[in-house]
Amino acid sequence: MKHSIFKNLALAGVLAIGLSSCSSGGNSSDQNANADADKQLLGAGSTFGNPIYTKMFSEYGKTSGIQTNYQSIGSGGGIKQLMNKLVDFGASDAFLSDDDNSKCPAPVVEFPTCLGAVVLSYNLPGNPELKFTPEVVTGIFMKTITKWNDKKIAAENPGVSLPDMDITVAHRSDGSGTTFIFTDYLSKVSDDWKTKIGTGKSVNWPDGELGGKGNEGVAGIVKQTPGTIGYIELTYALQNSMVFAQVKNAAGNYVKPSIQSTSLCANGDIPADTRISITNANVDQGYPISSFTWILLYKEQNYNNRSKDKATNLVKELWWMIHEGQAQATPLNYAPLPPKAVAAAEGVLKSVTYDGQPILQ
Amino acid sequence: MKNRWRILENKIFVRWLTIVSLGTMVLLLLFFITLFVSSWPAIKANGLGFLWGKTWDPVNNHYGMYPFLVGTLITSFLSLIISAPFSIAAALFLGEYYPKGVIPGIFRNVIDLLAAIPSVVYGFWGLYTVAPIVSKIELAFHLPAPGVGIFTASLVLSIMLVPYSVSLIRQVISMTPVNLKEAAYALGSTRTEVITKVIIPSNISGISAGFLLSLGRALGETMAVTILIGNSPALPHNIFSPSYTMASVIANEFTEAVGEVYTSSLIEIGLLLFVVTTIINLIGRLIIKRAIA
Repeated sequence: MKHSIFKNLALAGVLAIGLSSCSSGGNSSDQNANADADKQLLGAGSTFGNPIYTKMFSEYGKTSGIQTNYQSIGSGGGIKQLMNKLVDFGASDAFLSDDDNSKCPAPVVEFPTCLGAVVLSYNLPGNPELKFTPEVVTGIFMKTITKWNDKKIAAENPGVSLPDMDITVAHRSDGSGTTFIFTDYLSKVSDDWKTKIGTGKSVNWPDGELGGKGNEGVAGIVKQTPGTIGYIELTYALQNSMVFAQVKNAAGNYVKPSIQSTSLCANGDIPADTRISITNANVDQGYPISSFTWILLYKEQNYNNRSKDKATNLVKELWWMIHEGQAQATPLNYAPLPPKAVAAAEGVLKSVTYDGQPILQ
Repeated sequence: MKNRWRILENKIFVRWLTIVSLGTMVLLLLFFITLFVSSWPAIKANGLGFLWGKTWDPVNNHYGMYPFLVGTLITSFLSLIISAPFSIAAALFLGEYYPKGVIPGIFRNVIDLLAAIPSVVYGFWGLYTVAPIVSKIELAFHLPAPGVGIFTASLVLSIMLVPYSVSLIRQVISMTPVNLKEAAYALGSTRTEVITKVIIPSNISGISAGFLLSLGRALGETMAVTILIGNSPALPHNIFSPSYTMASVIANEFTEAVGEVYTSSLIEIGLLLFVVTTIINLIGRLIIKRAIA
């Protein structure tokens, strides 16, 4: 009897400690009153950017002593956390829509940190390297092209023997920036797609297409089943040596997706607020299904009793990311920012203020 | 002095038990209320059509959950049907034939360990091992052969269910009153007759409870099913078709859902999954009561 009561008390104690530590975890942003806390930054968002951000923050921490805790909870989650002022910065694979922007409690600025691309990977006997036009890509994903030996595919791929096989289409089932970039591209190249399906992180795909969870889910379906095509992040496809197609860009050239051809797309004119979709960019050798990934922060950094030191640490770190930090991109299969994009991002960071005064002089 | 302490001890113990059991009930109630409040914007926007709507289109804010409901019910019941003979057999082996001993002990632990494998591992094992086999079966039937779909998801799910039903059914079988069994043997019954005419009928409520427990698990299983079901919100044509479940759509889309009605519609699916699970449990309990009476 005595034994069991102590057991229960101990259990209750464990429960209580567990609960209290849970609740104190949520309030950690309130505890930044001292200097040490000024060196601890918190970010959340894009899972696509997670590997490179983690690497960048760890490199930057070695020289600056700044500790950055990045939670890859998804772009939507990152935006929500920033709106609720729970994090110092958010990260998203799509820039804020005007609708979301108006919902923020204070003006938010955003700038690109690197680029990613979406590739079309497939599984065919012999794995030939195929060339696709935008019409073919749209046709396959809208299910108007249903056979691999369709005339439209054959016309662009002379010399490749295409099998008489049904095309199985795989897409991302989880809401993702990858889907956003891909459907954004399709909406630009096809009015039919734009009106019937549209752009989004999750869309209403035509019946009978398969959904895989994450890049690994889509890659799994593609690898398992001959005749399947799916879209995957370039970084994932490169790391796993998958076969992918060349796509004809707006300039009329077939371009093989690569880090270089992705970076090239961003070297056009970029607006001062950097909110631009660069899919289907008219760049000579640019791969057309490319996009920036962004970091978001409040333009006025004096909120929630944040110290000026903390705000300065944050902006300096972000400044480092678009300069020295870019060296981390290529080894991790991300595309670094080209000069014009860096210039635009510099402009955004210079506009960030503390009590109305620019933080960077 | 010592007596007084023991009385106090008893009081504290009973108080603690009461708090914990009430706490569970309050938690469940709060859970329901939270889900209901958070899904209110979707209930207002989607109306009753949400229940039988067949389109799920976040871009145009048009939501219907019918395909998810169908997918959830088909995969759950199919996996229960597949797993049932295996669960019963394993439970009889461990509960009736070899309740004690080293090898049955190992066997029992191995079955229990099935429950300890993370469902994401089941999912990817299914994707890379089971799906190619199912794909070959589909080819033999001249069907589209992606490998993933209702059948693959249910097959893997049925393996995941086995430990849940076996652990409960084994215990009730091993607790069959000995005098009942001995009476049957005395009347000249064979072992098979004892099992089919005495052990199973007299434990029917416990056996059903074991299946009900695993059905609850099947309805809520998310990760493995999400990887294997093909995530296509269309009504299935056959047992190999890709489909979609309620838990899967929440897992897939919640993190990146932006916009009030969209987020709220996903929560509404959660609320309805809660309701569906409750209804199935109640029906199950009714059936068990009937079976006993």
